[in-house]
Amino acid sequence: MVSEIEIESIAKLADIDLARDEVAGFTREFNAILEYFDALDQVSGEETLTPELTNVFREDEPGGCLPQEDVLANAGSTEDGFVKAPRVM
Amino acid sequence: MTVIIGLEIHVQLNTATKLFCSCSTDYRDDPPNTHCCPVCLGLPGALPRLNRKAVEYGLKVAKALNMEVPEESEFARKNYFYPDLPKAFQITQYDKPLSIRGVLEIEDDEGHEKLVRITRAHLEEDPGRLVHKGGGDRARYSLVDYNRSGIPLLEIVTEPDLRSPQEARRFLGRLRATLEYLGVFDGDKEGSLRVDANISIKGYERVEVKNISSYKGVEKALTFEVTRQRNLIRRGQPVTVRETRHFQEGRGVTTASRSKEEEHDYRYFPEPDLRPLSVAGWVEEIELPELPVARKNRFVEQYGISLNHARTLTGDLKIAEFFEKIASVDPVLAATWTADTLLGELNYRSMSIAAVPPGHFAGLLKLLKEDTITDKAAVQVLRTMLDSCAAGNECEQPAAIVEREGLARATGVDFAAIVRTVIAGNPQAVEDYRAGKKGALNFLVGQVMRETRGRADPRELGELVAACIETTEG
Repeated sequence: MVSEIEIESIAKLADIDLARDEVAGFTREFNAILEYFDALDQVSGEETLTPELTNVFREDEPGGCLPQEDVLANAGSTEDGFVKAPRVM
Repeated sequence: MTVIIGLEIHVQLNTATKLFCSCSTDYRDDPPNTHCCPVCLGLPGALPRLNRKAVEYGLKVAKALNMEVPEESEFARKNYFYPDLPKAFQITQYDKPLSIRGVLEIEDDEGHEKLVRITRAHLEEDPGRLVHKGGGDRARYSLVDYNRSGIPLLEIVTEPDLRSPQEARRFLGRLRATLEYLGVFDGDKEGSLRVDANISIKGYERVEVKNISSYKGVEKALTFEVTRQRNLIRRGQPVTVRETRHFQEGRGVTTASRSKEEEHDYRYFPEPDLRPLSVAGWVEEIELPELPVARKNRFVEQYGISLNHARTLTGDLKIAEFFEKIASVDPVLAATWTADTLLGELNYRSMSIAAVPPGHFAGLLKLLKEDTITDKAAVQVLRTMLDSCAAGNECEQPAAIVEREGLARATGVDFAAIVRTVIAGNPQAVEDYRAGKKGALNFLVGQVMRETRGRADPRELGELVAACIETTEG
């Protein structure tokens, strides 16, 4: 079970603003989702889909990239080809 | 007060493409955000595909550092928000790194061999690059360039085995040389090696210094930090518990920075989009080239040069290769002139040895060996030559410089007139010499040397000046 304190801490790390009166509701829903996973854990079956599959690689050969205007298309704000972001150090 | 230092070194592996996508890593001269694709921008639905070469390079390093490669390793997501991280998580390795428990041999402050333990070396993706206009302190916003996002990094973590800033610098020098010898790293690229350091005075709290972006900056940052911590302790003030500080390269100081997330705040979990690695078996197949320590020992044996020169010459792959090309002229002469003179002159000009054609330098050594020029004139020729290389023109041949500037060694007889003039012009010094003051002769020789622009052997001139005074009436 997840507590309200944990929900507040997770929200902070996820950069989501939760109002005080929303915390209880989210805690209830969070726990309900975790219960589904508990239920899934009870199901028997293959442990993993393809346990033997390891070492999936790509060769080191350059391919195409996006033009700058596409790269910046979703940016809220740009300057001289850079994405403009709140100041961080 | 014992100093305890451990390092985390991030090195960019010089693959042609990024760690998880086919974008080219050759971004340094290009405009921002032109080496990006849905994968390294973290666009929804994009899936990472692992670069085989990056894994091979990581294993090469692991083998060179005598590390164990576990049977299975795995990528993990490290979750945090920062503008340089477009997915809001970094794909890195956590509890199943590529390699663990190695060692690297260095020399301690007394010159003795010392083994520094390596905790782990793992693969991860580089974040984007943040740019602050008008300097970090004043900028009101950050500009982000994602060209660097997804470049393969190898993070190498040491045990807290280093005991001084100088030792930390030597360790990094040796590590850097090893990586270059392995051909997996190019130290000339800006920002290709970045260091975080944990540093404490034994018995006190430890501090993490971040943002050391060059191998030369490490000694500076750590020296500042040792002094700062010692002063706190001396004044009876506490060292802040587990503080994170930022190195300000320009000012040479560290400043307190925001407190980072705790380890558990990163909510690491296995990367579901990548399969685990099982590459322990590859290590046996890897053939290592000759590494710095072996090359240093060979230089001493094969060329009969001093251990100190061998250490300097093998500390950088390009310098070692340069030396081997010119050693045939005369190994000891070549070692002395490369290590003691050329490197200093290059450093002064911020030039790379790559700009110096070995044949030109060998030509200079030949002129010296044949006694065509004096040591003093050779330095002058070298400087003129390096200036011509730096100017971007074709490097001028030493012999041509000697010819043009008239720097060939002349025998004493040619200088008789200059000697007579100097003697006539400095009667006091002549008198002092006659009165038995040896220093007066040196002064007179110096005067003649100046007039002859270093073309004469000072000892030969000394004899000439002395003989000339004898034959002059007092």
